[in-house]
Amino acid sequence: MSQNLLEIAQRVAGWAGDGFDVEAFVAHERETEVRAYGGEVESLTAASAQGIGVRVVQQGRQGFAYAATLDDDTVRETFEEALDNSRFGSVDEFAGVAEPDGLEPEPLDLYRSELAEFPTEDKVALALELERVTLGADPRVTGVESAEYADTVYESAVATSRGVAATARETGCYLAAYSLATEHDDTQTGFGFSVGRHPGDLSVETAGTDAATRATRLLGASKGSTRRLTVVLDPYVTARLLGIVGATLSGEAVLKGRSLFADRMHEAVGASSLTLVDDATDPDAFTASAIDAEGLATRRIPLITDGVLQSFLYDTYTARRAGVSSTGSAVRGGFKGTPGVGAHALSLTPGTRSQDEIVAGIDDGLLVQGVTGLHSGVNAVSGDFSVGAEGLSIRGGETAEPIREVTIASTIQRLLLDVVEVGSDLEWLPMSAAGVTLAIADVTMSGT
Amino acid sequence: MLEAEVVNRTLSAAMRTGADFAEVFAEDRRSSSAILDDGRVEEVVSGRDRGAGIRVVVGETTGFAHTADLSEAGLAAAAGAAAAAARQTGGARRVVEVSSLEVPRPLAVRVPPEDVPKSTKVALLTAADAAARSAGPAITQVSARYGDGRRRILVADSDGLFTSDDQVRTLFSVSCVASGDTGMQTGRESAGRTAGFELFDLYDVEEMARRAARRALTKLTARPAPSGEMPVVVGPGGGGVLFHEACGHGLEADLVAKSASAFAGRVGERVAAEMVTLVDDGTMAGEWGHYGIDDEGKPAARNVLISDGVLTDYMWDRLRARKEGRASSGNGRRQSYQHLPMVRMTNTYIENGDADPDDIVADTPHGVYVAQLGGGQVNTATGDFVFGMTEAYLIENGEITAPVREGNLIGNGPEVLTRIDALGNDFAMGSPGTCGKDGQGVPVGDGTPTLRVTALTVGGTAA
Repeated sequence: MSQNLLEIAQRVAGWAGDGFDVEAFVAHERETEVRAYGGEVESLTAASAQGIGVRVVQQGRQGFAYAATLDDDTVRETFEEALDNSRFGSVDEFAGVAEPDGLEPEPLDLYRSELAEFPTEDKVALALELERVTLGADPRVTGVESAEYADTVYESAVATSRGVAATARETGCYLAAYSLATEHDDTQTGFGFSVGRHPGDLSVETAGTDAATRATRLLGASKGSTRRLTVVLDPYVTARLLGIVGATLSGEAVLKGRSLFADRMHEAVGASSLTLVDDATDPDAFTASAIDAEGLATRRIPLITDGVLQSFLYDTYTARRAGVSSTGSAVRGGFKGTPGVGAHALSLTPGTRSQDEIVAGIDDGLLVQGVTGLHSGVNAVSGDFSVGAEGLSIRGGETAEPIREVTIASTIQRLLLDVVEVGSDLEWLPMSAAGVTLAIADVTMSGT
Repeated sequence: MLEAEVVNRTLSAAMRTGADFAEVFAEDRRSSSAILDDGRVEEVVSGRDRGAGIRVVVGETTGFAHTADLSEAGLAAAAGAAAAAARQTGGARRVVEVSSLEVPRPLAVRVPPEDVPKSTKVALLTAADAAARSAGPAITQVSARYGDGRRRILVADSDGLFTSDDQVRTLFSVSCVASGDTGMQTGRESAGRTAGFELFDLYDVEEMARRAARRALTKLTARPAPSGEMPVVVGPGGGGVLFHEACGHGLEADLVAKSASAFAGRVGERVAAEMVTLVDDGTMAGEWGHYGIDDEGKPAARNVLISDGVLTDYMWDRLRARKEGRASSGNGRRQSYQHLPMVRMTNTYIENGDADPDDIVADTPHGVYVAQLGGGQVNTATGDFVFGMTEAYLIENGEITAPVREGNLIGNGPEVLTRIDALGNDFAMGSPGTCGKDGQGVPVGDGTPTLRVTALTVGGTAA
């Protein structure tokens, strides 16, 4: 299959002509999703989808078109449309498609044939079992809003008229449960999941009991009082925060005057305990990939080392414009989009102590289990950071009463500098960042 | 898009091994967009997306498959996959015949975007860029986006429904960065309608750009937002997001049925201040959440959800309505043929009150005035929700004073509805939004007059 996709991509890239370059990105995805509810299968989706995105760069002008079918006529029309669109772009001397840079992609093995061979009945059984385990984990769990098994087999190819020809294939699957817990008229919710490359990696027990624990431990939660305190972010929350930090380190944001850290290279932007790396070649990362969205090899990029800013992320265009080399950081949201710059797989270097040990050293704090409104209250340009939060209060070194309906606020700049400690509990999550416990001082909790 | 006979045979194939319900949803979507950033027209994009989703319901189980292959063979394969997915256990064969070719009134589009030259679309971007930059040297970056989409859908099902719709939407947005001694700030403005290029008869892109620039410049002098509970006045149009999150999602029948809503079992009860009447209305011509039929073939409708503070009904899609033995309210929507439909909002709004908006502010000794909101999120089971403020000011001694920086506000839906104590007479629709639920995004509109909530928690850092 990957070879077929590459043939299509190379055929289209071969249509490049006098004075214009072509990039073709072709993807095919097969997915299954099973949702259980009330002891029955609520829905089962079995589907495959494919498509092509064609980028034409003509004398510095860029055009793009996509189509969700791969028949010959449509592919040709898509190319013609991209070519036509390129007439209307502005001239940009740095625009262009990727060229081979001599770096060989790591031989990552991200494909598991066990997934493709896993029978549908067994997928259904996993979803039903997940609902049972979640419901049975605690008598206060009164419902399971959703219990889901999902998997995907993804293959892609990218080729350019400058000689790039690359393929990737991977499998992935996850279990996700969302539970409802009730006690004395109070309802709380919690999620749990388990991810892997094939169903053998998954743990129904982990997903189900995490969902139950997260909901039940919030029962009876009340609003905290407004004050400054130390927050301890659960690994999942840290991973979401890292996603925002990654966006501020994009070479595109730097070049276009939208990065907080544009003028801070080789300066201390974080606490000395903070070392941040983007490494898609780590096979344990859920978003691991040997190639980036332009077909160049991914690599390990130290972004912040001991608090000092070391590098930004670049794709082909931004690297040319900045006069540096691509860091293999092109990303795209499928075949419908042009490549942009982004982090693939961020992680903090873990510390030495567990979450419990970190909590034990905090007098007044909040263990943050979940955050909301990252899209509405965080501005990666200004640095303003304000999100809804829920979790457990920390008093005298121990977790105490549950807290809900509060916000935690600071700025992205301050959060990095105010990091007190990174936990030892690094885990890869179904997103482009790893989770780890993270303690940050001097954050405003707003409540009553 | 598809012949009735092909649809008949596809539905019959879907029902072959026994099913309670089968449906074919076909979609042909063409879109175009252009993006300007950093002074350059970076890309002009065209897209074509076409396919069908087939749903088969057996008992409590829905089987679903989709295909980009609209040939009869492709549809038959998808129908077989959906039927197999529904895990049917035998049953009577049923031959389906769709007949009633009921075509709703086509949505009025005066200037189809596909007839507008690409160069004209691109010219809007450069005009917006120039206008924003003319606001002063502190405007250091501008990006602008034009987008249009035409979505033709066909829905046919085993109850004999066979209907179609042709939906055209056009959108324009502009974002600015202003830089000063205090760092960088952003400002954004957007306009979108279920309409064609005539959108720009109503909206002047240069004026939009100047507004976005002014928003960014104003925030350069903004102080940190306050923290703690206080009265919050939301300007006209802006409050729609608040209701969308505070109660809109909680009134979706699929969440209610799973007891995942703080409003479950409360129909007929007083849930909001008496002055509050909340409506979801997919028939509002031209509004961003408008359509002829929903994605299950049901005509859009005007549904009163809360009347004078009393909860009157939830929003329904076909599956949930069928279980309750009632009709869908026309709220069954899906992002594309690759997705299953679920209950979604359309244009959700609060009807006008009778207060003068100036009096509402003058009556507020201290608090926060939110002029523009920036999206939100809700946990429907607990009712806790957040929404962002992208343009906000302090209210001091009954007057709007200093601008404050961005942040979220947090509240609890059922509590906040009872804490509304003033509604203005200046109703306006807000900005076009994309509502996300379960990984699917659909266009929605919202609106409100100026309103006041007696206490909401403002998520800033200042004391």
